Amino acid sequence: MSHKDQSISIAAAHSGVLDGQQRLALALTAFGVLGLFVTIPMESIPGRIPWLLACLLLMSVGAAIYMRRSYLSRPAGIRNDGVWHSRLSARGAAAWVLAIVLTGFYVLLYFFPAQLGLGMDGEANRGIVALFDPLSRVLSGNAASQWFVYGALYTFAILAMGLKFILKHRHSRYQIIRTCSVMFFQLGFAFLIPELLQRLNYPYHNFANMWPLNYYFFDEWSVRGLLNSGGFGLFILFSGVAMIFLVSPLLTYFFGKRWFCSWVCGCGGLAETAGDPFRQLSDKSLRAWKVERWLIHSVLVFAIVMTAAVVWSYIGDGSGFFVTRGMLTGLLALVLGGLAVVALVRPGMLKELQPAVRWGLVGVLGTLVLVAVTAWIGGRSQLFFMEAYPLREWYGFLIGATFSGVIGVGFYPLMGSRVWCRFGCPMAAILGLQQRFFSRFRITTNGGQCISCGNCSTYCEMGIDVRSYAQRGENIVRASCVGCGLCASVCPRGVLKLENGKPSARLNNAPLSIGPTGVKLEL
Amino acid sequence: MKHVVIIGNGISGITAAREIRKRSDARITVISGESAHFFSRTALMYVYMGHMRYQDIKPYADDFWAKNRIELKRAWVKSVDTAAKRVAFEDGGTMAYDALLIATGSRTNKFGWPGQDLPGVQGLYSLQDLESMERDTKGIGRAVIVGGGLIGVEMAEMLLSRRIGVTFLVREDLFWGGVLPQQEAKLIGRHIAEHGVDLRFNTELDSILPGADGRVRSVVTKSGEEIVCQFVGITTGVSPNIAFLKDSGIACDRGVLVSEYLETSVPVVYAAGDCAQFRKHPDPERRSVEQVWYTGRMMGATVARTITDERTAYAPGPWFNSAKFFDIEYQTYGWVRNRLMPGQAEYYWEHPDGRLALHLVWNEEDRRFIGVNAFGMRLRHEVFDRWLREDVSVDHLVEHLREANFDPEFFAQHVKAIAISFKRNSAMHA
Repeated sequence: MSHKDQSISIAAAHSGVLDGQQRLALALTAFGVLGLFVTIPMESIPGRIPWLLACLLLMSVGAAIYMRRSYLSRPAGIRNDGVWHSRLSARGAAAWVLAIVLTGFYVLLYFFPAQLGLGMDGEANRGIVALFDPLSRVLSGNAASQWFVYGALYTFAILAMGLKFILKHRHSRYQIIRTCSVMFFQLGFAFLIPELLQRLNYPYHNFANMWPLNYYFFDEWSVRGLLNSGGFGLFILFSGVAMIFLVSPLLTYFFGKRWFCSWVCGCGGLAETAGDPFRQLSDKSLRAWKVERWLIHSVLVFAIVMTAAVVWSYIGDGSGFFVTRGMLTGLLALVLGGLAVVALVRPGMLKELQPAVRWGLVGVLGTLVLVAVTAWIGGRSQLFFMEAYPLREWYGFLIGATFSGVIGVGFYPLMGSRVWCRFGCPMAAILGLQQRFFSRFRITTNGGQCISCGNCSTYCEMGIDVRSYAQRGENIVRASCVGCGLCASVCPRGVLKLENGKPSARLNNAPLSIGPTGVKLEL
Repeated sequence: MKHVVIIGNGISGITAAREIRKRSDARITVISGESAHFFSRTALMYVYMGHMRYQDIKPYADDFWAKNRIELKRAWVKSVDTAAKRVAFEDGGTMAYDALLIATGSRTNKFGWPGQDLPGVQGLYSLQDLESMERDTKGIGRAVIVGGGLIGVEMAEMLLSRRIGVTFLVREDLFWGGVLPQQEAKLIGRHIAEHGVDLRFNTELDSILPGADGRVRSVVTKSGEEIVCQFVGITTGVSPNIAFLKDSGIACDRGVLVSEYLETSVPVVYAAGDCAQFRKHPDPERRSVEQVWYTGRMMGATVARTITDERTAYAPGPWFNSAKFFDIEYQTYGWVRNRLMPGQAEYYWEHPDGRLALHLVWNEEDRRFIGVNAFGMRLRHEVFDRWLREDVSVDHLVEHLREANFDPEFFAQHVKAIAISFKRNSAMHA
């Protein structure tokens, strides 16, 4: 027996129930997506330009109607109603279907691009790649590749879902500005500028990206390509190196790693927009945190070793490069020496590490030093006694494609939107180490106002148990925090604030005392 | 080994258990009939709304208790025998204690309305309340909420999240008028109405009528109006949950009577949190029964010291509290009463959009700052705590308000506007 009362319904419910308007909107979007994907097996597509435009228009209109109905029909505020009641956002059947479809798409994209219609050996494109040919010609002057198709869809997803995120969080200027920033960097720096560079016969380059996320930057073909592109190529090379050693440490010191991870980065951009409905799925357990730390730092070591080995293999006597093996060894020594100096200057930093981590660090550094020294003295052609190219291939296959692409996005609906950023990204690992020890960024806890409700932990996409700090009145300084600010947004009591301040006062392990007796709330 | 038994696994009992464990090796048992593990009571609404699952509102992992050697006993306590130092359970069996902490929280007030025990009529306090609300609101069209306070507005938000129409009956002419000054009460009232709640002031419940199916069919107000509904939320306050102590010999009034050390009339028996009532509150500004999450936590931390042989008086420091009414956050530090007290002066600032407000109260004579209410603005607890302890002047506070701002980055700053209009206001009254 149902009692329907029509006098009230001012808004769509979100409790896993969609009203007619929302259903219609989703149907339009689905038709748009379907329109794109039915072209995959096609040899030739009738009227490519209107077809593509119709698909994009359907997806845009559908998304717009859905957002308007879902968010603008109610006052501005946190709207997570029904997140755990919906099969899509609560790891139900719809989530599994989506995960399989996404993963399948990524497998085709990375390993079987011909199946998507990429023309091999000079043949014309077919299928969905051909569908994007006209757009690619407008931008770069070339026919589309599978990467162009991917980049265009990726950008569309960030723009459309970014707008959705802005409407959902329109009461928070931090969220609006941050989302505009990721949309801007994706559209300009990651999509349009690299394409236009190619039109001008320069190497494809995303200025907002850097090594080690951009792991092929120091490959021989990449470096030679830049060196052969005159002054502008040199500019890209130097700006790329400056990003790594100067710009990124400075920005991270002042603002934390968020300047990159949730304001600039493309992976982060997708996670924060298209991945937002899945942020609550990140594992908050202690076990996950342990896995995260070993995994992400292993990938970082892998990336450093691989790059050093690759560079070592192509520079040397008579290779025509300005940098010699001696210089590279010197640079390695400088970096390691710098770390040693830091450890001497700030011994407190080492004390903050667990013994196991400390010894792991010492082991890794010792091995690196030993190997570098033996290679330098022995003059071997291989650094680390390894062939550089197989190493590079394995990295590209395991980390570059499988981890960051297939798992990183394919598993959104199952493990949350930041699987790659949290467990794999070597860039995030470097910035995280810096954020943990040398940064002004922290999340401040507001005295004793926490009610331990759990919204902050639930909506942390990085799986940080924010509540465990907040209920003790402790500030949060964690390597993995990307500073998206959602914990502070969803907090119903105004307990959390992202701040940049004096590094000395970051860790306030002196929670608010209650009353003159000094009973501390150290929960 | 000393055995500390704690009845109730809410914030007071659990805080006490954790503090006792930190300070001693005593055996600790926490008894609860309500739930297997501690959960955040204030977060129950989010489970209904689908923001979180039940496991997400548990602040500690389930293996935490065993790790910290805190034993958990799932049972309802029937009675306490203080002579034999034993508690008896509803399902039979007893447990001996060397020290007993009563931390049983509250129960919903009902005022003898006809039909108040019908299926579909309930308050919202316990996990069982949440379960019955989940069951009894499936697919219904309209609910009536009785009583204008915090739990009422939370219930309204819960029901609206499932597109259930809400009629909200408030006995007074303002929302939460017993606590909020009228400016703030009006602001919140507007916001509740903005969300589509049918908010009715000066309206009292008379009776609740059953339908043919034996469930609630409608409510009748004192003016004789009948409102058809399938669910009734009773949110007219809570009172200490101490019926089981009737024959225990422990002195009770509304709550378990305690000294400032949270000791009851019986040696080695203590009480803390919602269910405790101070014979004489150490802070005369406060009520003898404090039904707030934060005070429950502080009492738990305090009584843990007393139980572990460091007799400590409850000294909660400057009052603070917070809440959220739909989308508007509320924080308060110090005392802002619903009416200005003799010898006090006030300043109220409201943003033109009617969703942000700041209310300052100070002592007229020496301009000593007394309290603040903030709506839609976050304030730094630490700073206000310090200002209240140091008796700063309201002028100093307005001058340094920026220091106390806790809003997220890039949020519009209203400090300047507040300071300018505060000074203009002061000049007018000078």
